[in-house]
Amino acid sequence: MGLSPMSEHSSYTPGNSVEKWLDDRLPIIRFSKEHLMDFPTPKNLNYWWTFGAILVMCLGIQIVTGVILAMHYTPHVSMAFDSVEHIRRDVNGGRMIQAFHAVGASMFFAAVYIHIFRGMYFGSYKAPREILWILGVLIFLLMMATAFMGYVLPWGQMSGWAATVITNIFAAIPVIGTPLLELLRGGFSVGNPTLNRFFSLHYMLPFVIAAVVALHIWALHVPGNNNPIGVDVKDKRDTLPFHPYYTMKDAFGMVLFLIPFAWFAFFAPDILGHPDNYIPFNSQVTPAHIVPEWYFLPFYAILRAIDFNILFIDSKLGGVIFFAGSILILFFLPWLDTSKVRSGNFRPMFKWFYWLFAINFVVLTYLGAAPAEGIYVVLAKISTAYYFIHFLVILPLLGRIETPRPLPTSISESVLAKAH
Amino acid sequence: MATQAQHSRTRRDFIFVATGAVAGVGAVATVWPLINQLNPDASTLALASIEFDVSSIPEGQSVTILWRGLPVFIRHRTAAEIAEARAVPLNELKDPATDEARTKVGHEQWLIMIASCTHLGCVPVGQSGDFDGWFCPCHGSHYDTAGRIRKGPAPTNLVVPPYDFLSDTLVQIG
Repeated sequence: MGLSPMSEHSSYTPGNSVEKWLDDRLPIIRFSKEHLMDFPTPKNLNYWWTFGAILVMCLGIQIVTGVILAMHYTPHVSMAFDSVEHIRRDVNGGRMIQAFHAVGASMFFAAVYIHIFRGMYFGSYKAPREILWILGVLIFLLMMATAFMGYVLPWGQMSGWAATVITNIFAAIPVIGTPLLELLRGGFSVGNPTLNRFFSLHYMLPFVIAAVVALHIWALHVPGNNNPIGVDVKDKRDTLPFHPYYTMKDAFGMVLFLIPFAWFAFFAPDILGHPDNYIPFNSQVTPAHIVPEWYFLPFYAILRAIDFNILFIDSKLGGVIFFAGSILILFFLPWLDTSKVRSGNFRPMFKWFYWLFAINFVVLTYLGAAPAEGIYVVLAKISTAYYFIHFLVILPLLGRIETPRPLPTSISESVLAKAH
Repeated sequence: MATQAQHSRTRRDFIFVATGAVAGVGAVATVWPLINQLNPDASTLALASIEFDVSSIPEGQSVTILWRGLPVFIRHRTAAEIAEARAVPLNELKDPATDEARTKVGHEQWLIMIASCTHLGCVPVGQSGDFDGWFCPCHGSHYDTAGRIRKGPAPTNLVVPPYDFLSDTLVQIG
């Protein structure tokens, strides 16, 4: 990995001849010391900044528990459901390992939403961190794909119908839709070939995520961290070495995060799931009320909100376009927000619109779970419209009409001012 | 000299582009089988045609059978249902099709359709919804007694699979 301007003055001197020998051939100790210990980090980072480390922990938990589950799971339609029950009932400690994996998916998404919303408030996507942000959105997309395929593996009613509905989204694409649908499913309907390939991909994608996370951290270590006031680091007094200051702060954040995590896993492992998924998949009966996992609800609400034709685009394709657009628009956020000021703390108007957007996102989550009828249908349309208006109208305009509050001249100054 | 240099550069460019093109074709030819293996395999395609005897279905009842892994409705419609379907003017339909076009001559009481909502593939619930036909619980699409879309997000009518009556009661689907 390339050396960043902030870390090129390495303090590492090999302690003995073996370290010296290694350093001349593979400077891995030097690299680790620079990037994991000495890395200059703004000294004013708050607890919202611990979610990066928490997310690395989440990925680690999912990979470790997942590799173990794969040792006991059978990816075949006639055995998948029973093998998950076997894990929960017979395998030593399997009940907890499965619970941590299933709850872990929800906790992973809870953390990633906090991480994304932190970035949005403090303008962490702005120059020079656009690539860092884009890689983050890519990780989010990969997480969604991985979580979806993982949800299919227990082969309950929700699993099978989630697979049916989500693969059907691709059928909306003109001309190539149906062949693509059959290609994805490996058949005319969701069946054994589908389950098999989802298992294979569900095992592979976390390692792809880990690789993109490495790029994400690399892209972070070139400009260094953003910070709550959004003012660039000016000199050494603005920073602290990552270790021990932020390793400890992150570790403490992780411990706090593990409290609700453990509560769910130990006391309510199924509360975030659906009872219908304890009925084996039946391709002839759809459950009366199918909803995705909570972390997909906002986007699901957008998918359902388009129930009318737009010119020559039918409602089905329209829903898919808005659904895909609601996620893909995040890639363009660095250029849609025209304000030069990063932190929302110094943007009096943005602050209000930010919270309005956050509330709207929660409303979309609620509407995604509500039945598609009556007032909910109308509200979903309004909320969907606002979601896009925020990105396409409000953010570009705010940068032009808003007068930001004066920024502190440096991180040190803002930290010292607070103490008095 | 200049023209010679230009000449040789053009020839070199040609070799360069030609090599690249051959490599590109080779790469596509290599990747294609790796993608194509995802397509339905021979054992899946082998189930492409089935026969079913409809004589056991009383009037006003339906059965759901599996064809290529897809659920298929076979409904023995009542005279009232047929009349209701035929009374609908075509201009009221989102995906216009006559009732006759969706059944076989001489077997109008039999409605055979793939039981996947054309929206996102859920199985609609029979004899419910606002049009006495089918109602999809997933996103609220209503179909009439001929399986035509009347209300909701589904873009088209329930799909009629290719089928033929081999005798009065034996039907071959696929």
